[in-house]
Amino acid sequence: MLCGLTGVFVLAFLLSLALGSTHVPIASVVEVLMRSAAADPGSAIVIEIIRLPRSLTAVLAGASLGIAGLQMQTLFRNPLADPFALGISSGASLGVAVVVLGSGMSVATAFGASTGLAGDALLIAAAIAGAVAVLAVVLAVSSRVDNPSTVLILGLMSGYAASAIVTVLVGMTSPERLMQLAQWGFGSFAGVTWRRLSLFAPITVVGLVVAGATTKQLNALLLGDNYARSMGVAVRRARLLTMLGASMLGAVVTAFCGPIAFVGIAVPHLCRGLLGTSNHRVLVPAVVMLGGIVALAAQVVSLLPGTAGVLPLNAVTSIVGAPVVVTILLRNRRGAIAA
Amino acid sequence: MIAAPSSIAAPAALQTRDLAVGYRTRRCRRAVLERVSVSVTRGELVCLLGPNGIGKSTLMRTLARMQPALWGAVEIGGDALSSLSGSELARRLGVVLTERVGVESLRVRQIVELGRYPYSGWFGGLDTRDHDVVTWSLEAVGASHLAERDFAQISDGERQRVMVARALAQEPVLLMLDEPTAFLDVPSRVELMVLLRRLTREKSLAVVLSTHDLELALRTADVIWLLMPGGEVVTGAPEDVIATGAIAQAFEGRQIRFHPGERTFRWLTGERGFAGIEGHGFRADMAKAVLEREGYAVEAGGHRSVTVRVDDGGWTVVTDRAHVKGDTFQSLAAHLRARCSPDETDGL
Repeated sequence: MLCGLTGVFVLAFLLSLALGSTHVPIASVVEVLMRSAAADPGSAIVIEIIRLPRSLTAVLAGASLGIAGLQMQTLFRNPLADPFALGISSGASLGVAVVVLGSGMSVATAFGASTGLAGDALLIAAAIAGAVAVLAVVLAVSSRVDNPSTVLILGLMSGYAASAIVTVLVGMTSPERLMQLAQWGFGSFAGVTWRRLSLFAPITVVGLVVAGATTKQLNALLLGDNYARSMGVAVRRARLLTMLGASMLGAVVTAFCGPIAFVGIAVPHLCRGLLGTSNHRVLVPAVVMLGGIVALAAQVVSLLPGTAGVLPLNAVTSIVGAPVVVTILLRNRRGAIAA
Repeated sequence: MIAAPSSIAAPAALQTRDLAVGYRTRRCRRAVLERVSVSVTRGELVCLLGPNGIGKSTLMRTLARMQPALWGAVEIGGDALSSLSGSELARRLGVVLTERVGVESLRVRQIVELGRYPYSGWFGGLDTRDHDVVTWSLEAVGASHLAERDFAQISDGERQRVMVARALAQEPVLLMLDEPTAFLDVPSRVELMVLLRRLTREKSLAVVLSTHDLELALRTADVIWLLMPGGEVVTGAPEDVIATGAIAQAFEGRQIRFHPGERTFRWLTGERGFAGIEGHGFRADMAKAVLEREGYAVEAGGHRSVTVRVDDGGWTVVTDRAHVKGDTFQSLAAHLRARCSPDETDGL
């Protein structure tokens, strides 16, 4: 099964490089990737400058969201938990909203208007700041709480609070700025250039490695906190490490690609359904692979190959993905509540 | 497979000294049980008994370090409980809890493999010895044939045995089980107790379990820890706690009486007066049970309000006024109930 996933993964990656506003045949894609002398220079530029960083971003983002979702679902024993369960994406939105909507009165205008790039970098910084702020509040309070459900509710509440502030800001602003905020809310892998990727990739890879190192604890936590403790798990530490790791993955992806819904909650369920196991030693690599595949597929579909139009990524993940997940869960009901 | 250090004079698997258990709030500590001084050695099966709400679970949780002791000392394998790290403790103490495990899509063998947690490396990889211990644990509880089954799809009794196997895979000195028979049907209960008893003998394991299943515990345990209503802990062989009357004292209420000879509880009988039985053997015993259930005290002599004559053909109720006959015990019970009219309360 893992071999099959790898095959599909490679195929999806190549397709994502081939399809787009101009079609490049798969053979040419391979030539460009192999740095063959026979490669068409035009295709090479399109692939190397635009599509390769975009696809790599999609893979990393999909894998990160999937892993973070898996961690949260196991940790909270809740099939509805996702990477943003602690209010991370609302925090990031708040950060972005403050910059976008408040930039009229702040120094950010002078800062951002001079170069478009600086403005984007500012958004990323703002999103991370917002996410970290919310996370810090939730973790500080939750360190006094022993009940996972209470922590989950805390996260939910902090998310609502952040969203409420965004709503207030939206109510006081002009339509052009709203458009900019909405644009960010669509989500996109295309904004990540090679230079951004050099920051994005290491952070996500570190997060994925941390997640890999917690598979042992996550497996033990499947039996519940008390059993885990009786087998020698430092439950509080494991919980803190997992929440921190998963939230940072979610926060970084949100900062660079916008709030991408659905992938984080669906990919773990898909993997359980497809593989019929809750064993994290199998699930972690599978989720990385399938997360990448789902993100690549969404990326390809959102570009509407053969046309010049572009769909919001967030809409694609949900519209195309939801029926797929429902089908798989209904066909294999045992996987449906495996959390 | 379990390395039994039989050569050295092993310390008690578990020992407490002047232990107090209970709850602490911000201001004060409220003790549920005080001055608990008990010990278990390897090879012993201990059953913890006591009425509801007396602190059985609190004591079990404290002994397993799931909640802190108020004061006093607990030692496991000779070392203070509080001095052990999480994985050191897990290598000495295996725990089976009351809570049901709701895990899906995990095979039985994988559940038992989780018991190797305190031994396995960073990523939880298992070596050949780990796999051997897992296989051995499954064999020890007679669950080898379940190894590849989905944990969510086996019966409650099988699941409880698998959880015991998982605890055994930790290679502990001491096994603690909190009401392990609670969700099981009668055959599974007996099987589990027999299994635990066998483990104490064959693997020189110390086992402590709490239970409400008094009769089974009195039949199976080596030692009883009995929590008395006053907060005192009485220990001894089942026969000791029966002979001293401690069991009766702990559990008897207005409605039930403990019968030491039968090691069982009966409803408080006699509110409808005395009854006598004429006849012998099994059917006479059955008739006695019917009479007691209907509220008569069955005695040999004295003033009887009713006498039941039993033979192979059925029963005959003999009173001052009349003889009534019948064949089934159901009809006997119905007749006794029908006699319960206001003018026949002279036996009270």
